[in-house]
Amino acid sequence: MINDKNSQKIVDILQNWARKHSLFVLAYGTGCGAIEIPPTMTSRYDAERFGIRGAATPRQADVLLITGYLTTKTLKRVIRVYEQMQDPKYVIGFGSCTINGGMYYDSYNTIKVLDKYLPVDVYINGCMPRPESVISGIVKLQSLIAEGKANGAAKYKENLDWYRANQKKIIPNWVMPEYNW
Amino acid sequence: MELILNILGAIATIVLAFTVGMSYGGIVRKITARVHNRMGPPWYQNFIDAFKLAGKTTAINHGIMQHFGPAFIMVSSIVSLMIVPVLNGGGWFENLNFGGDLIFLLYIMVFGPLGMALGAGQTGNPNSAIGITRGLSQMVGFEIPWVMALVALMVQFDTTSIVDIMRIQNESGTWMMFSSPFAFIAAVMAMLGMFRYSPFDIVGAPTELASGPVSENGGKYLLTMMSSGSIFAFVKLTLYVDLFMGGADNLIILVLKTFALYMIPVLYGIVSPRYRTEQSIRFFWGWPTFFGLLAILYAVFV
Repeated sequence: MINDKNSQKIVDILQNWARKHSLFVLAYGTGCGAIEIPPTMTSRYDAERFGIRGAATPRQADVLLITGYLTTKTLKRVIRVYEQMQDPKYVIGFGSCTINGGMYYDSYNTIKVLDKYLPVDVYINGCMPRPESVISGIVKLQSLIAEGKANGAAKYKENLDWYRANQKKIIPNWVMPEYNW
Repeated sequence: MELILNILGAIATIVLAFTVGMSYGGIVRKITARVHNRMGPPWYQNFIDAFKLAGKTTAINHGIMQHFGPAFIMVSSIVSLMIVPVLNGGGWFENLNFGGDLIFLLYIMVFGPLGMALGAGQTGNPNSAIGITRGLSQMVGFEIPWVMALVALMVQFDTTSIVDIMRIQNESGTWMMFSSPFAFIAAVMAMLGMFRYSPFDIVGAPTELASGPVSENGGKYLLTMMSSGSIFAFVKLTLYVDLFMGGADNLIILVLKTFALYMIPVLYGIVSPRYRTEQSIRFFWGWPTFFGLLAILYAVFV
């Protein structure tokens, strides 16, 4: 009865509903897009009505927002932060820079395609995306969670070698703990 | 048979405290949002958060004490819940009420934060260490007026039992907040620090300390701390109602009285910025301690 497939399905639906309505967003601003987060959270656009709340540490967070460009130096910290987060966890790529480099397309110092280094669940395009589009991106993530399709973390674990190889190409002095899940 | 009834009573009390405490937390988030001119989350948001946290993996290991910290907090909350009588004269299960429980309660209420301090200390996170230092300093601050208020009550009515104090109020018909007003003022001022809303939220300051002592605890540990915090809030509010507002005859009156009392730290907090640690301690050792002293003098000489 407990390990029955159907009962597991019911538990999944319930848990996904709870996950969807309670997203703790990690307050870690990597690029200029972080300036769009305060208006999203405060009186004007009020993201808290969707159950979205800021979490101050990666241990408590569900969503990692990559807000804009990601320098090679920051990438190392972001990987560390992402791996400290607890499952289930989601990544939102924020702004054009995370999709194809945006206005930093020819910069030597930023990464261009975020998806090669971290599993992105939802992209929000724009430079900068306004709070409305941030909220619509988060609502999109919510619907993905409800359908059980937001499984970036599982993808990351499956293809860890590929992600690691890409990450190590960018970061020459790799002194980080090796995780094995 | 009696044993089973006692266990059932304990479980019912815990469920009541959890439900009321979590709902209060959600309502406070709603009220805060309305003051900010926002819509805010629904009042049951805290229950959704709790359910979600229960479904998160918790693969964090910093050592044994780290795992014990949240458990200590939970034990402290539940033991103090068992001691505080919920309703007047046998309206609810008796749990662990005994003569002298007021003194025991003073000790057991600081047991949780101390256990948490040990647990958070082992995580090695500098934010946790700073949070603990601040929390324990602030506790030294507000414990003094709080203990003074309780000692004043004990001296004035010559008893150390919460049930006795409730009985005295019901027999005389006057609430303690009128018959020993200075003790009530000191206790309410200490309550501001006890609930850790602004301006006394120096322990978990999110932007400053990355949520302080809990910064290494996610998932189920966070759930444990959240629910024990809710239970503890209910315990403190019920204790205040028992001691100063004549207890309650049924659950509806209890909820009304505790909610009215809860609004003091909440509404004061919404409109206040954050103190620094030394400002907070200076506040508690100023007027609240003065009122505490006044309460003891009043109890001894009047």
